[in-house]
Amino acid sequence: MHWTASPLSSALGAVATQVSTGGSAKASATPARPKRPLIPAVLLKFVMALSGFVLVAYLVVHMIGNLQIFWGPTAINGYAEWLRTLLEPVLGWEGFVWVVRIALLASVIGHIWAATLLALRAKRARPVKYAAGNKVKGSYTTRTMRWGGVIVLLFVIYHILDLTVGVANPVGAHLKPYENITAGFAPDRWYVTLFYVIALLAIWFHLRHGLWSAIQTLGWNSNRREKTLKAIATVFSTVLIVGFLIVPISATFGWI
Amino acid sequence: MKVNLRVWRQKDPVDKGRMVDYTVEDASEDMSFLELIDVLNEKLILSGEEPVAFDHDCREGICGMCSMVIDGQPHGPERSTTTCQLHMRKFNDGDTITVEPFRAGAFPVIKDLVVDRGAFDKIIQAGGYISANTGSAPEAHSTPVPKAAAERSFSAAACIGCGACVAACPNGSASLFLGAKLTHLGEMPQGQPERWERVVNMVETHDDAGFGGCTNTGACATACPKEIPLDVISQLNHDYLKATVGGRKK
Repeated sequence: MHWTASPLSSALGAVATQVSTGGSAKASATPARPKRPLIPAVLLKFVMALSGFVLVAYLVVHMIGNLQIFWGPTAINGYAEWLRTLLEPVLGWEGFVWVVRIALLASVIGHIWAATLLALRAKRARPVKYAAGNKVKGSYTTRTMRWGGVIVLLFVIYHILDLTVGVANPVGAHLKPYENITAGFAPDRWYVTLFYVIALLAIWFHLRHGLWSAIQTLGWNSNRREKTLKAIATVFSTVLIVGFLIVPISATFGWI
Repeated sequence: MKVNLRVWRQKDPVDKGRMVDYTVEDASEDMSFLELIDVLNEKLILSGEEPVAFDHDCREGICGMCSMVIDGQPHGPERSTTTCQLHMRKFNDGDTITVEPFRAGAFPVIKDLVVDRGAFDKIIQAGGYISANTGSAPEAHSTPVPKAAAERSFSAAACIGCGACVAACPNGSASLFLGAKLTHLGEMPQGQPERWERVVNMVETHDDAGFGGCTNTGACATACPKEIPLDVISQLNHDYLKATVGGRKK
């Protein structure tokens, strides 16, 4: 590795790095290298970060909207109606809601598409695994991003069937979120509440790493800011997830 | 002290390879890990067997040649240390130690523990340098460099290109290496003229070699014997986005 500038020469102000000519003389003995991927990994990460931010922004609005259930049936049912009247002269009844839904669907597809390509590329990048296992590990949150993401996706599908479409909900009435929520998380359906709690914790894990990782991907991280950014990501995810958790838990314990 | 070794043996690049068990009875705790392999090899040679091939050069922790994964960790269990500076006192008498080559598709095994890290040379050839007319050295104060930039460039320049970041990365990505080189040159005024084409060309060559994408797990920075900080990857992303999406590269 003779092309590396030694620390001493850098200290003296010489920054030129030399290239050794005979660096890979043995390259001919190696098997064929994979072809250039169509999209560089850095751009795939960029897609992941941006689509992730869209989804997180939605989650914030979703969480605040949910809290209206504590002001009674008129408040939250009225909120559901009001969302459909937004920009009605331009988009028509429910038009705004559909615009948001399409943006969300595009983000979810982009997020999963980029994650799948990166996961496949990672698999190809290490064809032979370590016999002793890879002992240098990131935190639990970083190691559960991929499968955790799959769990979150399955939850989102169930959640849409439960409280958007209504087929998995005992009431399932359109534009009656108060009735749907109180019936869906009724005390005798405690297992549904438990499932929501577990899924929300999975989202908490996903966000804790995801938020910071997105910041790093967009190039806004620095050594000085790293600890603060990680702390902000943790506090933000915790506040968001607690905000979501109190609704099903309150419904099950009859606090609404 | 006595140690049991499980060592990856592979005759040549096409051989399938396997783990082979050895015992070294007369190891000293003052030996470096490479000296332990030397002792093993002397025994193997005397008994007419093929010695274990491994990369090494300076044996003082600065060249980046030694490349082994010891018990699942590149350069072994001691932090901020290359294999040559890892000493047997870090292990216990009777331990079984697994020794494998750096594992990455872009680092094919040549023999036993020796891998071809020529992919790193190709990345450097794609832009890890500055083009300057050489001649007599200019007056050092003619180009002022802010203290913070000099410090950051210096700590990134500490990268010895050993490849431990790739070996540790769950995605087999060389982003820490890339980021270190880009930060090293990008923080200096001399690195500016080629900054935007440098990042695009180096990222392309990185992907061409078959390295994976970064997921910011931080395993690379943990494994790095030179403690290259993780934020050089953020710098790499920043420069790449500015060069491509931001249209800096013409």
